[in-house]
Amino acid sequence: MHSNAFDKLLIANRGEIAVRIIRAARDLGIRTVAIYSEADRDALHTWLADEALCIGPPPAGKSYLNPDAIIAAAKQSGAQAIHPGYGFLAESAEFAKKCAEAGLIFVGPLAESIASMGDKALARRTAELAGVSTVPGTPQPIRDVEDARAWADEIGYPVMIKAAGGGGGRGIRVAQNRDELEQALPIAQYEAQAAFGNKAVYLEKFIPHARHVEVQILGDGRQCIHLFERECSIQRKRQKVVEEALSPCIDDEQRSQITLAAVRLANAVAYRGAGTLEFLVDPETKAFYFIEMNTRIQVEHPVTELVCGVDLVQEQIRVAAGASLRLRQEDVRPQGWAIECRINAENPSQNFMPHPGQVQRLRLPGGPWVRVDTALYEGYTIPPFYDSLIAKVIVWGETREEAIRRMRRALYELHIEGVSTTKSMLEQLFVNPCFASGQYHTNFLERWLDAEYRQA
Amino acid sequence: MSRQQILSPLPGTFYRRPNPTSEPYVTEGDPVTADQTICLIEIMKQFNEVKAGVNGKLVEFLVANEDAVMAGQPIAIVEIE
Repeated sequence: MHSNAFDKLLIANRGEIAVRIIRAARDLGIRTVAIYSEADRDALHTWLADEALCIGPPPAGKSYLNPDAIIAAAKQSGAQAIHPGYGFLAESAEFAKKCAEAGLIFVGPLAESIASMGDKALARRTAELAGVSTVPGTPQPIRDVEDARAWADEIGYPVMIKAAGGGGGRGIRVAQNRDELEQALPIAQYEAQAAFGNKAVYLEKFIPHARHVEVQILGDGRQCIHLFERECSIQRKRQKVVEEALSPCIDDEQRSQITLAAVRLANAVAYRGAGTLEFLVDPETKAFYFIEMNTRIQVEHPVTELVCGVDLVQEQIRVAAGASLRLRQEDVRPQGWAIECRINAENPSQNFMPHPGQVQRLRLPGGPWVRVDTALYEGYTIPPFYDSLIAKVIVWGETREEAIRRMRRALYELHIEGVSTTKSMLEQLFVNPCFASGQYHTNFLERWLDAEYRQA
Repeated sequence: MSRQQILSPLPGTFYRRPNPTSEPYVTEGDPVTADQTICLIEIMKQFNEVKAGVNGKLVEFLVANEDAVMAGQPIAIVEIE
């Protein structure tokens, strides 16, 4: 075996992803240690792992986000490696560093890679150096109206005025032309000051009807390969709701360009582990722009697994243990189509208010080409402290049409009593002609919810 | 004068301040108005403001910052004039 090989892995996460990682480890013959908060004593991952240790009170800040408690649990159990999953500490360079200092293998990239890709300005520069285009924008905050005019002329209208202190889609205004820019700039600066305590604003090219396409990468620190792309434009409040592999909006030419760009960028940082490069795609010009890199396994990884026939979590664990990639680029041949739906414990008719509670009855879909990643079981009480994602329904079909029909079947079979879920909204989405056409963009879902969607 | 309990409308995590670097919404002993926010309850990553609901003086919080609360659990006491 390899110098870093380990036979006991601690999973620093909960919910469906903890269950997913435990399964991958068991398939590899690696023993597993679950950690849990006081609110998760009865959670499925604590039963499926070989051992389970309580690491603190319910709020995440005192348990799943407490690096010292997690590292102490690893030491106590004799685990030699920690898998962070997604969310929580998965993209904390500080945590990766602490693991290394404690002599533990962090299943993910080196702390330096997390830090450099986590810094947006630095990631942008890295991309430019690797010859990968980023969304055109101003490198520094706008000084005044003259400055804004000059930059907007160079970038080309429409432009977005973005608050430096904003994020998650907040603090953004769009100007279609010079007049609108001159009017909007002082308002945007005033709003930025009021909302974020910092009046600095940037200009960035606005891409109407942009699509969110991301490329899956695997690397061993020496070389990287891609596992094609995922389409993630079905979003609400910038949260992905449905994901597909591949993307219905790009052609083979664009596909080979975007995947090559992703590999080039991942190679430029000698990436190790599973990672995702997110791009905005302009359907008009077919141009694509790098936005950011996620240095972890992602929620929507199963759609890639189903079309590529690769267990991404296993590969992630193997390279963390020091192995070279087993796959060569030419071994990755996507087949058919996969779609994932996120089932959230939220009430769509009450503005998606979270609805934790006890699952009184549960019937999960099954049958050919249907996969369900979940930590639910009948009688389980979903605690209010963590994410509202409770299940992922993933289907495969030879064609996109077949996958859509299969998803309708799977959603029909899914039955959850006791908590509100987003199932009924998803069922309506999967009979929507615009969704079926594949010609949707990142604003589609919210507009559809506002205009047409009615709670049954 | 009478005392009234304010109950948490939701289960989740209790916060006394809008963000970790801000001042608390209310200091114990301060007067409050009915529409004044006294705390946040985080439920599944959504933050919900809880209003005092009555005019009076906020005598005491019954929950520590960042502790878990249940729906219907008393979180503060207000003295009504």
